[in-house]
Amino acid sequence: MPDAPGLELIRGEIERDCPSAVLATSFDRSQAALIVDPEKVLDVLRWLKEQPGQRYDFLSSLHAADYLPAEPRFAVHYELINRDRVERVRVKAMLADPGNEELPEIDSCVDLFPTAEAQEREVFDFFGIVFRGHPNLTRILLPDDYVGWPQRRDFPVGGEPVTFTYSERRYD
Amino acid sequence: MEVERRSLREKQVDARAMLRGDLEGEDLERYVEERVVTTTFEKVQNWARSNSIFPLTFGLACCAIEAPISIVTARYDLARFGAEALRASPRQADLIILSGRVSIKMAPVVRRLYDQMLEPKWVMAMGACSSSAGMFANYAVVQGADKFMPVDMYVPGCPPRPEAVLYGFTKLQRQIQGNPDQGWRQRYDAYGTEEWARGGPRSEPTPEAAEAYREARELTLA
Repeated sequence: MPDAPGLELIRGEIERDCPSAVLATSFDRSQAALIVDPEKVLDVLRWLKEQPGQRYDFLSSLHAADYLPAEPRFAVHYELINRDRVERVRVKAMLADPGNEELPEIDSCVDLFPTAEAQEREVFDFFGIVFRGHPNLTRILLPDDYVGWPQRRDFPVGGEPVTFTYSERRYD
Repeated sequence: MEVERRSLREKQVDARAMLRGDLEGEDLERYVEERVVTTTFEKVQNWARSNSIFPLTFGLACCAIEAPISIVTARYDLARFGAEALRASPRQADLIILSGRVSIKMAPVVRRLYDQMLEPKWVMAMGACSSSAGMFANYAVVQGADKFMPVDMYVPGCPPRPEAVLYGFTKLQRQIQGNPDQGWRQRYDAYGTEEWARGGPRSEPTPEAAEAYREARELTLA
């Protein structure tokens, strides 16, 4: 795990090779994260994977989150590991909601990390984030004819309404 | 014909005489009356069906540990009720136990299994999830399996104990025999207190209520 100065060093080196790709860094609870421009996320991932001395060459997880009141709303998280040094770094790409029922888009990293194939389909399935260049971007867990993106925070919880004590209507 | 009660010893003497061919006339009539039970074909058929139910080897979720797996083990032993033959094919099964939550992606598969079973067939919704989705009030789980297929018996619990499943199973057997349980009325011997019995206990029901009861009973027997 790079410490906070190490993270700034990584940021400086990326800034030299891919200018203005990293927008910010965050070092919270000893977890290092690079917040990157979604248009240049592939450059950053390739740099972290192939740069001698870094070699974060294992994508342990790719997932998304919806920070609804915040703007930009969506984030795609890439958790990278260097297995020799047992070091982790997180790459976050923040995506704005384009609105008008359109879906946010980001480049697919399947060419860099083949294991991302199923994980990007899962993110598409639950958040409706389109990965450009993905070989087969279809729903993976939900039925193919499902309508909606159920892990978004503005998606209704579903089920049937149940009366609890706090939601009970009072007739006084 | 009124049959007088006789001791076992007397009956044995008669049986021996019958085998020798010495019984005739009124004695022979009485011998037959004592040993033959008359009933209807439907009753015998339902009795046979209820005591040879083949459940489908089928589990959906965590309840499967309790239902198809536990109840056939030596401690609970479903074979006592004639249902030890779990079939691996829906074509040979009579009973499907929905043991767990049914997700919207699984629902068409479960419905297809049910449609592949041959008549007569029965369904037991086991546990809170398949009865009403339980705690899963969300986008992925069908809110009760009776949304897409008929259910004969609901067994509550999360999960139900294997004893509860067996209790539900014996209730289902009585339902198949056309003698369904009356719930608390049976327990407190309160027959005749049904709502249509306006004139007091054991009084005649209204014609409409009697018709509705008869229809419900026919549906049960069908």
